[in-house]
Amino acid sequence: MSELLFPLAVFFASIFTSNILLTNYLGMCSFLAVSKELETSAGLGIAVTFVMAATTSLNWLVYEFVLVPFQLEYLRFIVFIIVIAAFVQLIEMVIERYSENLYFALGIFLPLITVNCAILGASLFMVIREYTFMTSFFFGLGSGLGWLLAIMAMAGIRQRLRTAKIPYGLEGAGIALIIAGFMAMAFMGFNGMISIQ
Amino acid sequence: MLASLLLSVGIITLISVVLSLMMVVADATIGNYGIVNVTVNKETQFEVEGGQSLLKTLMSEGIFIPSACGGRGSCGLCKVTVLEGAGAYLPTELPWIDKEEQKQNIRLSCQVKVKNDIEIEIPEELFLVKEFSTTVESIKDLTYDIKEVRLKLHDPPEIEMKAGQFVQFEVPEYELTDEPVYRAYSMASVPSDTQHVELMIRLVPNGICTTYVHEHLKEGEQVTINGPYGDFFLRDTDRPIICIAGGSGMAPIKSILLDMAEKGSKRKARYFFGARTRKDLFYVEEMGALEERLHDYKFIPALSEPQEEDNWEGEVGLITDVVHRLTEDASGSEAYLCGSPGMIDACIAVLKDLGMPEEHIYFDKFS
Repeated sequence: MSELLFPLAVFFASIFTSNILLTNYLGMCSFLAVSKELETSAGLGIAVTFVMAATTSLNWLVYEFVLVPFQLEYLRFIVFIIVIAAFVQLIEMVIERYSENLYFALGIFLPLITVNCAILGASLFMVIREYTFMTSFFFGLGSGLGWLLAIMAMAGIRQRLRTAKIPYGLEGAGIALIIAGFMAMAFMGFNGMISIQ
Repeated sequence: MLASLLLSVGIITLISVVLSLMMVVADATIGNYGIVNVTVNKETQFEVEGGQSLLKTLMSEGIFIPSACGGRGSCGLCKVTVLEGAGAYLPTELPWIDKEEQKQNIRLSCQVKVKNDIEIEIPEELFLVKEFSTTVESIKDLTYDIKEVRLKLHDPPEIEMKAGQFVQFEVPEYELTDEPVYRAYSMASVPSDTQHVELMIRLVPNGICTTYVHEHLKEGEQVTINGPYGDFFLRDTDRPIICIAGGSGMAPIKSILLDMAEKGSKRKARYFFGARTRKDLFYVEEMGALEERLHDYKFIPALSEPQEEDNWEGEVGLITDVVHRLTEDASGSEAYLCGSPGMIDACIAVLKDLGMPEEHIYFDKFS
C-alpha cells in the first residue's frame, strides 16, 4: 500500500475492523458505566476521540524524540501515562475557562478519561506496530471514532432495553456484556474489508 | 548499569518537570480567575480569589455550610441558593437536586466553582456557624462508658447557640483514621455560658471519635469544633413538654431544662430518663434538684433491669412503658426525644397512642 494511503487505511480499519473496544475490549469500564443515555455517551465518545487523537500524536513525539534516542523504550508505560494525565488536566482547564458549553458537553468527562485504558492502549499499539507520526494520528482519531461508534450503538440499544423484559439476574451489566459480545461478533463481519497489523 | 538507571530516572524526572512547569504556568494564567465578588443575602459582600469551589470559598470567609463528605459531591448536604453567577447545572449535582429545587436555584456548593461575581442566599443561622479552637478544661466519667468533656473556647471566645443544638467535633489523624473526621455531638451546656461547651460522649467500640475521646484525649489538649447546627431546640409555645432521653441523649435535654430554669419559664415539664441498671444512671441529683428551680417539673429516672444490689425504689420498666403509665393525656403537650433510632421510633408510637400530634414531637436521632 502506498505511503499516502496507509494512514487512511489505518483510520478506517481502526474504526471498523480493528475497533479498539470491540476487538481488543479496551475501555470497557466507562463503556459499561456511561452507556445508559445516548446524549452522555456521545459526549464521552467525542471526548475520548479528541484525547486519543491528541495523545497518540504527543506520545509519538515523546517516544521518538526522547525515549528512542536514549534507548529507554521500556519506560513508555509510565511516560505515556504521565503525558496523558497532564494533557487531560490541561485541556480540562482550558475548556473550563474558555467555553462553558464545551465544558458541559466534554469537560466533565475528561477526568474519567485519564484512566480509560483504551487511551493508553492506542499509544502502546502505535509503538508495537511501528506507525509513523501521520499514521499514529489517524490511528488515534480512528480508534476514538470507533469507540464513539461502539458506545453510541450500545447506548441506543440500552435505551430500548429499558422497556424490554430481561431475565432476572441478567439485568444491568449482565445483559450489557452479552450485547457487547454480539456487537463484537457483528463487527467481525467487517474483517475482510481492510486489515492492519 | 548504574548509568542507564540514572539516565532513566533523569529522563522521567525531566519529563515530569516539564509537564509540571506547564501545569504551573497554566494554573497561573488559564486557571487564574482573578478577584471576584461574592454577595451573601444581598447585604454582605466580600472579595475572594476565584477558581475554588463555592463551599471552600465560603469556608475561607468563615461561613460553614454543613457537609458530611468534605466536598466530594457524595453526601448532597451542602445545598445553597445561588441567585446569579453559577452557570448551568452540572451532571454531578443533578442526583441531589430535584426539579422543585432547580426552580429555586438551589445548587450543591461543593460542585459550583466561583469563576465570576456570584450572588447567593443562605439561612441566617449559618452566619452563626463558626470554627472554634478550644482546650479541654475537664474530662469527667459520668458512667463507666460515658464521659463529659468540657471545652473552653478561645478563638472565637464565645458561641451563640440555642439549647439543644449540636456541634461537630474534629478528630485529628490518629491510629484509627488517616484524615480528620467530624462527628456531631449535642451540647449539654447552657447557652448563657457562652465561653464553654460541654459534650457527653458514650464509648462505641471502635468508634473513631468516641475511642479518641475515651482513650487519647487529655485535659489541656487542643480541640477544634464547629457549629452550632440543628433544629432540635425548645419551641416557643406554652404547651407542657415531655422529654425522653437515656444515656448520652441527656445532653440536649439538660441544656434545654437548665435554660428554662434560668429564664424562669413557667411551662410544665417531665423528663423521663431511661437506663438499664443503676450503673447506667448519672446526674440523678442534679436533674432532680431542678424540681426546686422550675415551676412544675418532675425528673423520672427508670431502670429496665434493676439489679438486686441496686436497691432501686424508683420506676421500673422500659422507658416507653413508664411514659405510658405516668402520662394520662398528651394531646396538648409537645415532646423532645433524644437517643437511638430504635428508642425514638418506639417513643413516637407511644406518644401518638397518648394522643400527641406527630408535628409536636421533636427528636434528635443518634445514628
